[in-house]
Amino acid sequence: MVVTRRDFLKSSGLALATFVAAPNVWAGKEHPIIIAIFQRGAADGLSMVVPFGDKHYYSVRQQIAIPEPLSSGGERAIDLDGFFGLHPALDSVKPIYDQGHLAIVHAAGSPDNTRSHFDAQDYMESGTPGNKGVADGWLNRYIQAHLESDSTPFRAIAIGANTPRSLMGTAPAVAMNRIADFGVHGGGATPEMENAFAEMYRDTFDAVKLLRRANPQQYEPAHGANYPNSPYGQALLQIAQLVKADIGLEVAFADVGGWDTHANQGSSRGQLANHLKEFGDGLAALYRDLDDRMRNIVIVTMTEFGRAVRQNGSGGTDHGHASCMFVCGGPVKGGKVYGRWPGLAPEQLFEGRDLALTTDFRDVLAELLVKHMGAKDVSKVFPQFRPGGTLKLL
Amino acid sequence: MQDAITHLLNRIGFGPRPDDIERVQEAGIQKYLDQQLHPERIHDAVAEARLASIPSLTMRTPQLLESYPAVQKLARQFRIRQGDENKRDVRRQVLAYYEENGLNLPQRLLQELESQKIVRAVHSERQLQEVMTDFWFNHFNVFWSKNADRWLTTAYEMNAIRPNVLGKFKDLLMATAKSPAMLFYLDNFLSSSLKGINENYARELMELHTLGVDGGYTQKDVQEVARAFTGWSIDGPQRNGEFMFRPRIHDDGEKIVLGHRINAGGIKDGEMVLEILARHPGTAHFISTKLVRRFVSDNPPEALVKRVADVFRKTDGDIREMMRTIVTSPEFNSAEAQGAKTKTPFEFAVSSIRVLDGSTDGSRQLAQAIARMGQPLYQCQPPTGFPDRADHWMSNGAVVERLNFAVALSANRIPGTTVRIDDSMKSIALKLGSPEFQKR
Repeated sequence: MVVTRRDFLKSSGLALATFVAAPNVWAGKEHPIIIAIFQRGAADGLSMVVPFGDKHYYSVRQQIAIPEPLSSGGERAIDLDGFFGLHPALDSVKPIYDQGHLAIVHAAGSPDNTRSHFDAQDYMESGTPGNKGVADGWLNRYIQAHLESDSTPFRAIAIGANTPRSLMGTAPAVAMNRIADFGVHGGGATPEMENAFAEMYRDTFDAVKLLRRANPQQYEPAHGANYPNSPYGQALLQIAQLVKADIGLEVAFADVGGWDTHANQGSSRGQLANHLKEFGDGLAALYRDLDDRMRNIVIVTMTEFGRAVRQNGSGGTDHGHASCMFVCGGPVKGGKVYGRWPGLAPEQLFEGRDLALTTDFRDVLAELLVKHMGAKDVSKVFPQFRPGGTLKLL
Repeated sequence: MQDAITHLLNRIGFGPRPDDIERVQEAGIQKYLDQQLHPERIHDAVAEARLASIPSLTMRTPQLLESYPAVQKLARQFRIRQGDENKRDVRRQVLAYYEENGLNLPQRLLQELESQKIVRAVHSERQLQEVMTDFWFNHFNVFWSKNADRWLTTAYEMNAIRPNVLGKFKDLLMATAKSPAMLFYLDNFLSSSLKGINENYARELMELHTLGVDGGYTQKDVQEVARAFTGWSIDGPQRNGEFMFRPRIHDDGEKIVLGHRINAGGIKDGEMVLEILARHPGTAHFISTKLVRRFVSDNPPEALVKRVADVFRKTDGDIREMMRTIVTSPEFNSAEAQGAKTKTPFEFAVSSIRVLDGSTDGSRQLAQAIARMGQPLYQCQPPTGFPDRADHWMSNGAVVERLNFAVALSANRIPGTTVRIDDSMKSIALKLGSPEFQKR
């Protein structure tokens, strides 16, 4: 809270009155939306999207490998292209892949070689691997660099009690746990008190008032979309709710934890499978719920690093390097696994133990910002980054 | 003078109660600080009386496992088919069994932990001890909800953290390293020379507990440290829950850690690693930085960090002496430092109750309010603990929750908590909700 929204608006010459006077300016308007999902804890890309065609995969992961699609018995990987297969717990996203709206980028991630969760998440969210001196997040810098006269307080939102690093910075962003709780309510609060609080926290109450006017309290997901009953599932549900409220949402962020599988991660079933089911079912519900609106929406997932190729002594995997990313939405050229496969032979591994990285996560995000969001210049979003070439995901 | 006392009470405690400033003024700042640095000499009957009604605090882990059993464990005992324990009639029978036998659900252990933390922070005269307990638990974070940690976290705070918060850093380090809660949380109890190492604890030990991420260790060091700690295990995480060294799965080969040759054998290998880390200048610097950040400013003045790190090295990591250096420093007592820190939700809630001369039993509803403001106590999942920075805590959603708490508290609508209302409820709520009161 170094710079308030008021200061921000003053300095950018925008009028506070714009959205207050005309909250429905966004209704029915076509505009692109990006939803970023962070898998905190380092998700095992080799289990999410299984390289069953790489013969080394089964030799280094005896207990935890996912059986190949054509093997007999048990739950097997779901074939994608004859080389890669989806973890069976991700079966709910397979139809989106088949419809051509889910792309996977494998061996992707952050080029920095840290195996610290904290540093790696920080680097990915600041968008500046290896540089700790950057205070704001990549999504916030995108907003900063693309000011619009009709911005609302809900242009950038995160569901969660605390503002994620990706959204920190001078541009306004709303973070909240639950839409229903976003306001001063009950317990003896009077309108007079609320006004006094609004004087103290102008930017927060701009958002509170706008949301109240949009009144998204009653919400029933469309087409029987069934969100997981978890903080992550409920975060996605509320993002859908805010998208449909037409209050100017452009950037949304949610996270999902439980990926730090050092022990007993399981194979087709088990701990990791349970998290993947939650992850995939959430994506599938969001996709189903937003339905026609997905034509303007791209969802992108990321994780701070992958896990070691070889399983460890406790049926789990220690910290590794590259993992994989999902890119999903109407504009996406999906139905394909993107990225060069570096191979799992011992000499092909990063530092002799991890999946090597062939796609920098910033190449994926930059393409989405430019081609989908219409960003003119991503050099401010990803400073000192030299693009390695677009994957043509869109 | 008053400002200086308020500042002190905001930093080495959870904020002043109405009479505190006068009391400290009478005693003198120096004397108050000396008392706080020796909590064992402070009479604390009020807080202790309130804690007497929380049974789990004095139980040993096996007793906790017995008195707060998991539903699944009872279901197995009664040969209920797996999955059936969630059926309504089965669940009713199981819960009736809890009731008849004086048992409680494991969730109750969390409530009792939260409750003792809040009660102590509000009512204890040993304010610095409570602040340090909060600091060190967060530094050596464990996640209550991770399986067996539901039964192991109570002993962790009571026996590993609390007795050592103002002692020698190496004792704290050793106590956490041998604690079943940490061995379970960071998977070291599974690390084995026979099946293979698990790097989780070894990495976080260096990254988060001692050297810091830029402390100069390598991936090779992580693996060597993990080898040294093979065999550091638990005698049945959900049976006995006590520390156990298992020589059979310990790797007795030589290890090289940060250039030191380790060849002691057995449990001494791990102990030697802890000695090396506790004596390392990187640890002195990292720990000093975190302390200065907590007690002085989000941007720790480097000159003060250096002086505190010097004290760490000269005193073999004496936390009491480091604290004395910090609190008596010009940086701590500078005008810029006053109000420079943003209160965490826990600090905000506790200081609100204290400033209104309130009393609390640390009810579930209060803990839930703190969680809604962004700080679920004992449930920070990553090993980093909660960040100690203003920008983490003050999202719009968190601001709104703080205001709702301010309103509910000043209307005396939080069950188990009562505050004294001398002014209009409105003016009190506005004071608690003000940006100034979010600072300490």
